[in-house]
Amino acid sequence: MTERNVVHATFHIERAYPVPPKRVFAAWATPEAKARWFDGPEGFECYERSMDFRAGGAERLWGKHPGGKVSDFQARYFEVIPDARIIYAYDMWQNGVKLSVSLATIEFHAAGAGTRLLMTEQGAFLDGYDDAGSREEGTRWLLEKLGAVLT
Amino acid sequence: MSAHLDSLFQALADPTRRAIVERLSRGPASVSDLARPFDMSLPAVVQHLGVLEAAGVVASEKVGRVRTCRIEPAALSLAEQWIHERRTSWERRLDRLGAYLAAEPDLPEETP
Repeated sequence: MTERNVVHATFHIERAYPVPPKRVFAAWATPEAKARWFDGPEGFECYERSMDFRAGGAERLWGKHPGGKVSDFQARYFEVIPDARIIYAYDMWQNGVKLSVSLATIEFHAAGAGTRLLMTEQGAFLDGYDDAGSREEGTRWLLEKLGAVLT
Repeated sequence: MSAHLDSLFQALADPTRRAIVERLSRGPASVSDLARPFDMSLPAVVQHLGVLEAAGVVASEKVGRVRTCRIEPAALSLAEQWIHERRTSWERRLDRLGAYLAAEPDLPEETP
């Protein structure tokens, strides 16, 4: 029996890039450019990649990881403001199980000649997980990162 | 379960409590052992331990006059997986975005 539960979490990631927002935004705006960096890990075998970059449009990245895990990212764009902001909702599947439903907000801010990118994820993480992660690794990671992750 | 994980993350949002968990991840310890490295009273440490225990991060048992605490691993690895994977996946992609932007300095600008 699946134990039903949901955990809500928000986290932020910030990056600075030495090119203007127009260039950074462009890397999100076409399937060709996005495929150059938005990908699975090394050895990822892609089953399907599609992208319709506009409010209401859908995106999918579905494939098999080198370890055999099959992941499926399915998104829908809610806001696309050129060079400024992208908002999309997505669910993430792993081996046919829905892991999470999230809202992702990407903000592009001019900072001098470059860009400050702010990414915020607000997620509902679903129904527990295979509890195979190592205790030591989990503990260490939490201690190092958790203070920064929580807002 | 959701309330449980909420309390877990609230418990670990405090640096003193993270330091206590870090100490316990190296092995069980008595309450007074745990209090020693911190510049705080025993009751204050006991209060922190109470929060960690309520969140399921730490378990303790009293043998004679000594209360021994140990880490409760299940709560930690449950929460580890989801944030860890999602966040590192984002970080890896945004780093790749930076590498991509650096490698393509002369991309023609799109005309509006």
